[in-house]
Amino acid sequence: MTDNPEFVQIRHAQKSFGKLEVLKDISLNVARGQIVAIIGPSGSGKSTLLRAINDLDPLTGGEVWLDGVQVNKTLPHRQYEAHINAMRQQVGMVFQHFNLFPHMTARENVTMAPKMLKGLSNDEADKLAEEQLEKVGMLDRMEYYPSRLSGGQKQRVAIARALAMKPKLMLFDEATSALDPELVDEVNQVMKKLAEEHMTMIIVTHEMDFAASVCDRVLFMDQGVVVEEGPPDVVFRNPSKDRTREFLRKHLAGAK
Amino acid sequence: MGLDFTIIPKYLDIILLGCAWTIGITIAAAILSFFGGILFAVIALYAPWIIRQPFRLIEWMFMGTPLLLQLFLIYFGLVQIGIDLPAFVAGVIGLGLHFAVYNSELIQTAILSVDKGQMEAARTVGLSRSQALRKVVIPQAVRAVIPPIGNNMIALLKDSALVSVIGVSELTLSAQRVIGKTYRPFEFYILAAAFYYVINLCMEWVQRKIERRISISR
Repeated sequence: MTDNPEFVQIRHAQKSFGKLEVLKDISLNVARGQIVAIIGPSGSGKSTLLRAINDLDPLTGGEVWLDGVQVNKTLPHRQYEAHINAMRQQVGMVFQHFNLFPHMTARENVTMAPKMLKGLSNDEADKLAEEQLEKVGMLDRMEYYPSRLSGGQKQRVAIARALAMKPKLMLFDEATSALDPELVDEVNQVMKKLAEEHMTMIIVTHEMDFAASVCDRVLFMDQGVVVEEGPPDVVFRNPSKDRTREFLRKHLAGAK
Repeated sequence: MGLDFTIIPKYLDIILLGCAWTIGITIAAAILSFFGGILFAVIALYAPWIIRQPFRLIEWMFMGTPLLLQLFLIYFGLVQIGIDLPAFVAGVIGLGLHFAVYNSELIQTAILSVDKGQMEAARTVGLSRSQALRKVVIPQAVRAVIPPIGNNMIALLKDSALVSVIGVSELTLSAQRVIGKTYRPFEFYILAAAFYYVINLCMEWVQRKIERRISISR
């Protein structure tokens, strides 16, 4: 399944806000079908790195490649816009605060982009919505507006919305951090399902248990650098760096 | 001479016709001011400098000068440069653009207060910025701003009386004409006022309907 070890490639990523350097020369490869978790304290740059992959937060240096195409290549403005819109269609993103469109039903949230960008007819789009909402267990809430959904339900619709564009890669930016504890599991279940389907995923998370159970690889980031990376049982059970140990101790103590 | 309201039915058709003109001009100008307001807001927020600057001049003109003067300018002034508009059209344009500028102020604020995550979410599924504005940001901004726009539209109805000065036979001018024949100012001004009041109520009713429809989805 890992036919392409450099499916996602980040080369020397660097990002500064003025004098503040939030990413310091980060390189990372993700193979097709691989699931990578990024953990670390807040302010470590993990969300910034994730958001650089689809250019929501453009890098100030370095390159991002997806499936052999450079995402952040230098082009004249108009051409770049067309290029980045096409790239983003291949990358699904799920946000901490769901960011569902409140003026659209669950179905419309899912169908809007495919209709606009892929020219799907109403019937095709509705069929697609049924498929995707069924996958996340929200078929019975298809005509609900987001205001009538719980946080977990909103996030599941947001995942369906991202999947409707048939992305090659899914990015999760603390997808369960804003949820009440009892709602976290329903979202995790959906993510596990995607993992079983070999979706390539990069997950920024605070949930060590979940990261340990679904991910192939864990990155620990602190102060803009990758401090440690490896398979979850190594990083979580037997970390080699003091900073990782300290973070895990604090974090696990806080979580309990 | 005492009051005599029995004279009203004889001239009611003229007054009703005036009413129709007032309603027509208000609806047309309201539509223009609504879509013009959205357009102006988008220009003010997103257009390049070269378009924004001349636009700001227009905005200042419509906000900083009396509507009466604007109507004169559009109806009598533009003729000199070869633009000869019918009075009704001139009235709709004047009222419509005047209130478009006020609506634009409201819509701009509303656009800026739509959560940044909405634009981001729209961009991440691959929409361009203008597509995201059109499908995601502006619809939310407009929904948020329906009640204050409704207030502007009521002000527009009242200011539509100014269009009488360029000869549109709307409600106020019709009342004046009837008064000119009958010398019954009290009866007919009161009648006109009553009609304005009724139109006002209708507009509030429509606004409530729209708000209720929208509130379901919030």
